[in-house]
Amino acid sequence: MEIKVKVNGTAHSLDVPDNTLLVDVLRERLGLTGTHVGCDTSQCGACVVHLDGTAVKSCTVLAGQADGAEVTTIEGIGRPDDLHPMQAAFRENHALQCGFCTPGMIMSAIDMVQKSDGRLDEAAVRDGLEGNLCRCTGYHNIVKAVLAAQDRM
Amino acid sequence: MYQFNYHKPSTLTEATSRMVEAEEGAYLSGGMTLIPTLKQRLAAPSDVIDLSGLPGMSGISIDGDIVSIGAMTRHAEVAASDAIPALAELAGGIGDAHVRNRGTLGGSIANSDPAADYPAAIVALDSTVRTSIGPIAGGDFFTGLFETALREGEIVTSVDFRIPDAAAYEKFPNPASRYAVVGVMVARCGDAVCVGVTGAGPYAFRATALEEALAADFSPGAVDGVAVDSSDFNADIHASAEYRAHLVGVLTKRAVARLG
Ligand SMILES: Cc1cc2nc3c(=O)[nH]c(=O)nc-3n(C[C@H](O)[C@H](O)[C@H](O)COP(=O)(O)OP(=O)(O)OC[C@H]3O[C@@H](n4cnc5c(N)ncnc54)[C@H](O)[C@@H]3O)c2cc1C
Ligand code: FES
Ligand code: FES
Repeated sequence: MEIKVKVNGTAHSLDVPDNTLLVDVLRERLGLTGTHVGCDTSQCGACVVHLDGTAVKSCTVLAGQADGAEVTTIEGIGRPDDLHPMQAAFRENHALQCGFCTPGMIMSAIDMVQKSDGRLDEAAVRDGLEGNLCRCTGYHNIVKAVLAAQDRM
Repeated sequence: MYQFNYHKPSTLTEATSRMVEAEEGAYLSGGMTLIPTLKQRLAAPSDVIDLSGLPGMSGISIDGDIVSIGAMTRHAEVAASDAIPALAELAGGIGDAHVRNRGTLGGSIANSDPAADYPAAIVALDSTVRTSIGPIAGGDFFTGLFETALREGEIVTSVDFRIPDAAAYEKFPNPASRYAVVGVMVARCGDAVCVGVTGAGPYAFRATALEEALAADFSPGAVDGVAVDSSDFNADIHASAEYRAHLVGVLTKRAVARLG
């Protein structure tokens, strides 16, 4: 099937098998390997991207469901010399160790801050990151980073 | 995943005819249940029919004391709505933010997962499930483990809920998935008390013995004397049938205490 998606501002027209997942379009077809596959069972959040501005697990979205949509991945939010405030806060707060969960954490955290109608507190951040698993950090510094970033976004 | 043909019809009739034409069709809403099932190769439909292109399937509207929620309405939208606060709280406790951003009311109830949250509200509140064929009373909708009153190819289009005088939902979530080990919704409409239970049995049901006790005395203490029959309750690594029966009582008490 033919799908049209805009990824990080660039329009693509792609011919993909009907049973293709969005995460495979991003990683295999477009080479955007910053989006990770951790569990492949909809639980870990390593694959989170923004689909029309909302955080979704891209391992659980079919390419057809993303037809006509705008997708933002970790590659689309900042550059090494110009980090997004959430990326900068993760670095400053030592919110990553191996970094495998980090792209999904950051994409979830940005959506959470953008959708919050006031200041997020620690409990709200922990609840908002329910769908993102980290096997290294123990979450403490991730929560600190999100709380720090919300003031700068 | 096995191969399948993906379709995104733009009318209800086109969707139902795709289903009739398909060797083995499956409707797709949020995909938060169907896609994991396909990935595990637990289902092998020849055709996947995405309902997200159908007009008028999404959104929440209020007419008098009836709240109508489109089948394609995502859990996050229900969670953010103040139409029925107990329903918003229920939707806000489903899974995680990403599941709530994709998963839908129609997909959840059509699946009749014994541990899903929405079924407790469908049976506890005065509700009507609207479909491509006709209305089904909420109390008649769930018929078995992963089974509903939906006929072959029938599509849930919306659900009407009558706004209760008061309602509260309490669940004991599985600590990993957040699915309900047991969930209880208690609702009051005039003198009537309705207690909808999910997670405990093969499908959502009303606990009539608890309803009678609470109609006579609406207090947490009234729950104490009532025996919950656990003979057909679920038992798995998360909880025994007896423990689930115990949770039905505890969660009912908590809901009643909040409504007190
Ligand atoms: C990690 C995780 C955690 C979760 N936690 C919870 C939880 O705590 N509580 C909870 O209740 N649920 C939970 N869920 C399930 C989630 O709520 C699903 O979104 C929901 O059960 C199915 O809705 P869907 O829109 O994704 O349906 P889909 O996956 O698209 O479809 C589900 C089934 O319903 C059929 N169907 C879909 N729409 C219709 C329709 N309109 N008419 C007729 N048939 C239809 C499909 O053919 C399919 O068989 C969780 C899921 C995941 C992945
Ligand atoms: S890879 Fe998508 S949720 Fe884990
Ligand atoms: S930093 Fe290693 S999984 Fe989170």
